[in-house]
Amino acid sequence: MRFILALLLTAAICFLAGLRLEWWSIALVAFFVALLIPQRIAGAFLSGFLGVFIMWSVLAVWIDSKNGNSLSQKMAEIFKLGGSSILLILATALIGGLVGGFAAMAGSSLRPVPRIRRY
Amino acid sequence: MYSVDISLSFASIVMKTIPFIISTIITVALVFALNKSWGPIPAIGKFLSPQQGFWQNAESIDGNRDETLVFKNLKGKVSVHLDDRLVPHVFAQNNEDAYFVQGYLHAKYRLFQMELQTFAAAGRISEHLGNDQRYINFDREQRRSGMVSGAENALKAFEADPVSKKVCDAYTAGVNSYINSLSESSLPVEYKLLGFNPEPWSNLKIALFLKQMSKTLAGYDDDLEYTLSKPNLSFDDLMQLNKQVPDSLEPIIPKGTIFDPPGINPVKPANADSLYFLKKDTAKIIQYSKPNPINGSNNWVVSGKKTKSGAPILCNDPHLELSFPSVWYEMQITTPDVNVYGVTFPGSPNVIIGFNDNIAWGVTNAQRDVRDYYEIQFKDDSRREYMYNGNWVPTQLRIDTIKVKGANTIYDTIAFTVFGPVVYDRTFSGELSDNKAIALRWTAHDESNEGLTFYNLNRARNYDDYYNAIKTFSCPGQNFVFASRQGDIAIWQQGKFPARWHGQGMYLMPGIDSSYQWQGFIPQNENPHAHLDSGFLQSANQRAVDSTYPYFIPGNYITPRGISITRKLNRMEGITVDDMKALQTDYYSVFAEGARNVLLKYVNENSLDADGKKYLNMVRNWDLNTTPNSTATTVFQSWFDSLEARIWKDEWTKYSLLMPYPPEQTLLEWINKDSAFKFIDNITTSQKETIYDVVTQGLQKAVPQLKKEEGTGQLEWTKHKNPMIYHLLKSSVASFARKIPVGGWSNVINAVTTTHGPSWRMIVHLSDPIEAYGVYPGGQDGNPSSKYYDNFVDTWAAGKYYRLWFMKENENKDKRIIATLTFSNS
Repeated sequence: MRFILALLLTAAICFLAGLRLEWWSIALVAFFVALLIPQRIAGAFLSGFLGVFIMWSVLAVWIDSKNGNSLSQKMAEIFKLGGSSILLILATALIGGLVGGFAAMAGSSLRPVPRIRRY
Repeated sequence: MYSVDISLSFASIVMKTIPFIISTIITVALVFALNKSWGPIPAIGKFLSPQQGFWQNAESIDGNRDETLVFKNLKGKVSVHLDDRLVPHVFAQNNEDAYFVQGYLHAKYRLFQMELQTFAAAGRISEHLGNDQRYINFDREQRRSGMVSGAENALKAFEADPVSKKVCDAYTAGVNSYINSLSESSLPVEYKLLGFNPEPWSNLKIALFLKQMSKTLAGYDDDLEYTLSKPNLSFDDLMQLNKQVPDSLEPIIPKGTIFDPPGINPVKPANADSLYFLKKDTAKIIQYSKPNPINGSNNWVVSGKKTKSGAPILCNDPHLELSFPSVWYEMQITTPDVNVYGVTFPGSPNVIIGFNDNIAWGVTNAQRDVRDYYEIQFKDDSRREYMYNGNWVPTQLRIDTIKVKGANTIYDTIAFTVFGPVVYDRTFSGELSDNKAIALRWTAHDESNEGLTFYNLNRARNYDDYYNAIKTFSCPGQNFVFASRQGDIAIWQQGKFPARWHGQGMYLMPGIDSSYQWQGFIPQNENPHAHLDSGFLQSANQRAVDSTYPYFIPGNYITPRGISITRKLNRMEGITVDDMKALQTDYYSVFAEGARNVLLKYVNENSLDADGKKYLNMVRNWDLNTTPNSTATTVFQSWFDSLEARIWKDEWTKYSLLMPYPPEQTLLEWINKDSAFKFIDNITTSQKETIYDVVTQGLQKAVPQLKKEEGTGQLEWTKHKNPMIYHLLKSSVASFARKIPVGGWSNVINAVTTTHGPSWRMIVHLSDPIEAYGVYPGGQDGNPSSKYYDNFVDTWAAGKYYRLWFMKENENKDKRIIATLTFSNS
């Protein structure tokens, strides 16, 4: 549950932040979401990664389909991706995802140490 | 227990801290690395972000383009109707609003192009493209050639004219209004690729843009190269290789026209033989950036007596480098004062080639040489003084600041003399020693107001208005062709041209006194012109006049297209618009017609092998049309190129000549006149080659390459020459380019070479109402994602045209309108 919540919050707040702020606001958002929502480090990484990955890929796919793949194909050639829009969308999402993932990992690892259960 | 607890917490803190440090370092490093450009690679994170980066430039195919825009600079309301080719039809209540909107639209669709061109003009390429010696040399040469100081002089001239000042101020305000509306995400994609932001536009940039056109069209000369040839070629040799009046010339001004006696008689200095013609000079100065010498054009106009309808038809196709975006942007501008349609230059107000309710006009390049070099003697290293008329006189030193992306700023000191700016001195050319330096005199340096000519042409109603508009135009010299609804046709070769004594300025000239300076300019009314009410007039970059014109007027003229046009128009009667379309896209090579006769006459068929004979027969059976799929065109061109190499290469190599080979038409005429022409012999062999030898060897040497091309299916003309339209950023954005499967050559009317050709084709029938057609190889929108980026290319390549819609304001419900932009001040 926390994982899904973190993922959705990351995606939604990153989107809103991106309307006004620099692209790297995704790192700040992923960081604070992970700081607020307790998760294991690996889980935090994954929710940050997927939150941004999904948001960026959905946006890119939506923009690309309205444009008839025209610009993405040209860009994918310039970036030596064989003119493939899909690869360019994946590359886009991966870059965003990695930043989101590591930022979330940092946020999560800064959470107060959970109380040690006694046995 | 307690202590264990603590140690456990401590362990877990460590367990948490290490991942925190590691993941934070990774995150910060990632953001840093992705937010910074690495060499040619843009800041990847920023660039790929769908909310900020290039994805934001991907335009929705059927998005709504209507807009309501408010700018307080406007005086009234302006409606801009975009038609189905994205051509804006601007309806404004006054001129200033119209030019404001023209600036806004240019920026909206072409901002990057406008900035890049003006950066190039101002010598600011290194600032944006990086630390590369080629860019730095280009920048220094631009500035040292007087591009910036020339633009400042032009700015003075047009800011002194109240009309021009208003037009330019409004245009500049329009450009800046668009620039100010941009956000990081809406920047044109090229800025995102290169990683910089647009800077404010200014009237100086309008002047810089026009100076760049002067460089493109009137910036070519071979004076320094000719100077280097002096030890081996005499002035007579040079004049043989660059015949001033070719035998086959069809001049712009019909032969037999009587010219007035010259109003100015320039006098050759008494010491010209010893100090100029015979003085040997060996400083190998290389000009870093030369414009393409085949920047040319066709235009012609036929009178109503030769047309089916009885109304004149005017045609124009300027040949420039083909690029995305195109140098042209099509539009209509309507105010109570003007109603004009045509193509405009993003970067400058007004319509440049077009028509209004009463007249049509077009331009071709005059190709006249308006640049000369002078050898200056500085007193010492400081470059503060130079010898002039027996005294040391002060130079004016100007320190230029050249910013370099990723490297230290360069400060370049330019010395200005009475002759012009010093382009080459020991700080810029390793060839120049001591205090020797070379200054450039160029008409583009002088105060002039070219924009006003177009402002007035846009409003011209008759011949007198046209003449008054063009007579002040000074650089680059143009052939202004004209037709009116009243039925007159005219042409003026207009520009500010130096009056030279015979041979003046072919070589570097002595610059220690005034004796070699230009003694004046050819009076404007003596510029070549014709004004008729019957027949036709044409210009195609040939020499304008026959040998009876009383001035020495060197230039890099191109002869064959004028012959083709004249010959065709002579034979035509009852001309229609369709005839003109066919003529503008004609592939017939009048040059090859003459050259093939020579090849067939002198080839020694018996010494050819089977392949040679096969290719010979292809040329023999060729219909002389340079059509895209013609294989004979490739064979002919390869053979003729090979023949040229056989004739010239030996002398060029032995004498270390740097100038281009002489014009092909000149070679052809020499062979026809004198088949023992002295350059035919290969001076590196002991035997004496004849025209038979070189023609036959020419084909033999071309055969292996032809066979190779045939083997790979590349023998068809268009595959052989591989014509392309590149984006302005060239091969770094190869996917923004397009192949164009067209034929043609620079010497045929349809003058497409590899990256160069008819950049706009226009036909205007001055009937009632005016009927006009046009097309350019590109599209209105500079955004590579737009369906309007390259949508005219196929039409253009197929030799087809669009009917130009000269819209009336009450047609605003017409179904051709896809969107309307409404501008107002509240």
